[in-house]
Amino acid sequence: MMNEQYPKIYLYRRLVQAKLFIDAHYADPIDLDNIADEAYFSKFHFIRMFKTIYRRTPHQYLIYVRIKKAGELLKTGMTVSDTCYTVGFESLSSFCGLFKRMTGITPSACVIQHRELKAQMARAPLAFVPGCFAERNGWIKK
Amino acid sequence: MITQMTHVSIHVLDQDRALDFYSNKLGFKVLKDVPMGNGDRWITVSPPEQPGFEIILSPVTRGQFSEETVKTLKSLVEKGTFGVGLFTCIDIFATYEELKAKGVEFTKAPKKEFYGTEAIFKDDSGNWFSLAQLV
Repeated sequence: MMNEQYPKIYLYRRLVQAKLFIDAHYADPIDLDNIADEAYFSKFHFIRMFKTIYRRTPHQYLIYVRIKKAGELLKTGMTVSDTCYTVGFESLSSFCGLFKRMTGITPSACVIQHRELKAQMARAPLAFVPGCFAERNGWIKK
Repeated sequence: MITQMTHVSIHVLDQDRALDFYSNKLGFKVLKDVPMGNGDRWITVSPPEQPGFEIILSPVTRGQFSEETVKTLKSLVEKGTFGVGLFTCIDIFATYEELKAKGVEFTKAPKKEFYGTEAIFKDDSGNWFSLAQLV
């Protein structure tokens, strides 16, 4: 790999570290200003670069990760309020509002939807598999 | 007239390990995880921005192959015989650094080609993929 083809390695590593920091600490009260400081960027430059690469500002990305994790936790059967606080939100109403805005359904609807889907998977697994694969894999007879 | 590809099957050595690799390392969305009996599961994942494209994580032992065929297939997958496809990304250098930090093995670092900048990585089974930021 030629150096001129990979000129900003230091910059990229800092941005990736910031992203991975959010991935790992999304549930904590993260101060995004601190992340910019740790990345040795001005706040403005950091946000601009982060958005160029990840299509979201660090704050938007933090919310995105929290909502994504919340969806996973709700599918495990965790209650809506426990999920809310576990992923780092402090207000149940703002969590529910953001969840609905970003996923199209409320957290409670997500729980019900997943429960029904799981029951359907157990009841009729072949309904989820294209017939040709099911046949080829020996799950149904020709 | 063919319009789209919606499913592609890749051979994996261990479904749990592959699921961890594709969801936690590559950041793919798990679309289906359906128990099919005998410990086999119908697992499909998709790149985050391509939900209509399902990658089937198919264990090498699946199907009606002979024991000998399974053994050969397993060995070929492990050896890195199969190049499965090409994934695109917004910024290849950032994606390369992130995946490397997560322990993904690259056999080629990002390199400028006439069609864009490309790297090559392997999944946990040995299948290889191109990762490209196209021009």
